[in-house]
Amino acid sequence: MTEFVMPKLGADMNAGTLVCWRKQIGDAVKRGDIIAEVETEKGNIDVEVFAAGTIEKFLVAPGQKVPVGTVLALIHEEGKPEISSTSTEASYAAPSAIVAPPQPTAPRDARRIAPQHAAPRLAISPSARRLARELGVDPTTVEGTGHGGAISREDIERAATRGRTTLAKEAAQVTSPPVDRAARIRQTIAAAMSRSKRDIPHYYVSTTIDMQRSLAWLSEENARRPVADRILYGVLVLKAVALALRKVPELNATWEQGRVVLKPQIHVGVAIALREGGLVAPALHDTDQLALGELMKRLADLVNRTRAGSLRSSELSDPTITVTSLGEQGVESVYGVIYPPQVAMVGVGKIIERPWCVDGQVVPRPLVIVTLSADHRVSDGHRGGLFLSALDRLLQEPSEL
Amino acid sequence: MNRDDIRDTLLKVLGRIAPEADLTALKPDVNIREQLDVDSMDFLNFLIAVDKELKVDIPERDYGRLTTLDTCVEYLVDRMGRK
Repeated sequence: MTEFVMPKLGADMNAGTLVCWRKQIGDAVKRGDIIAEVETEKGNIDVEVFAAGTIEKFLVAPGQKVPVGTVLALIHEEGKPEISSTSTEASYAAPSAIVAPPQPTAPRDARRIAPQHAAPRLAISPSARRLARELGVDPTTVEGTGHGGAISREDIERAATRGRTTLAKEAAQVTSPPVDRAARIRQTIAAAMSRSKRDIPHYYVSTTIDMQRSLAWLSEENARRPVADRILYGVLVLKAVALALRKVPELNATWEQGRVVLKPQIHVGVAIALREGGLVAPALHDTDQLALGELMKRLADLVNRTRAGSLRSSELSDPTITVTSLGEQGVESVYGVIYPPQVAMVGVGKIIERPWCVDGQVVPRPLVIVTLSADHRVSDGHRGGLFLSALDRLLQEPSEL
Repeated sequence: MNRDDIRDTLLKVLGRIAPEADLTALKPDVNIREQLDVDSMDFLNFLIAVDKELKVDIPERDYGRLTTLDTCVEYLVDRMGRK
């Protein structure tokens, strides 16, 4: 049996309200199917399931607000042995040991209780295990900092403190008066950005990129395409960012529990302004793998769904870096605030025709200032500079993107 | 299709792109993108919808002529008349 839990859909999400189930008990589901709609500070999100099987039981009714990590439903996986009824009876206090929450970077929830069958794999001393029991901490959710990743008493104490803080925050959230979507998004941004500026030592680098080749290539390309298939220049930048990240992979990462976790896949988050104010930065999955035409289609779909309030849970939880572009608002350069737990953000300004020296001659060229804000705990300006250089080179060969 | 029909179609399309906007207050001689806070994705959606509704494919080189409601109507009258 697999547990489907309330996912963490942003760095500061502590709880969500189940709006409705999109499936019935007995329905077969596969990985990526939308199983529920959840209301969060960012609006209503379609939540995907990360297991295949048959829905066995719903544990939470529509309208209920529950903390992140709460088991919402049980899914019977084909070919997997049943776990004991006492474990399933644990209902939503039980852990999600089989299904990881969609946000692998989520701070672990200290209130989950460890199942017996998960315990033997843990590297933990008997005294730390005892302490975990006393403090109600699930050791399977604790990151060990001891020798070989072993969990120490200090690790358990830290986890217990974090759990109490989370509970206090949730209690505050539950008792706060209801507010509209724009105000809730503002609160979410406030929390994430405050955390970012408090915890992340940002450094900033920038470069000016000559966009003439990219724009000329795009103009020719778009002349061949019907209007519905035309590509925006921002798509070239997104693809180039994704490819440049392959050369400087430490920028495609998250900072979790005191250390960097490199991400094998590149999911570029795109900052999208909402008409009612605020912004959301959902992921374009596998940005580096997609051809420009396909990337454009995905971006258009993502923008439309973001503004219509119908995002998928993985789109909110998966970005491995974010790109923000304010060129259309006339901004020449933007130095973004990193969205935790990500470790970098790319800012794109307005393309402006300016004098530029080419082969000793001053000529007018469409120039754009691209910036990188990055976490100094994870990378240095030297690597940040290499990333921007790679980005520049890629944009000089648009047909290769 | 006359000018008024084209204008009505454009307003209908803009209403879908900027649902919160009061289109009765849209100034016909002022930049649409600025008045409605329309970005390049919205603008592309506008062109796709115009293509669908009026069967007019607008090449990228002509985007510069589509700034205000008035210039859009003029452009489309001209382009549809040539078909």
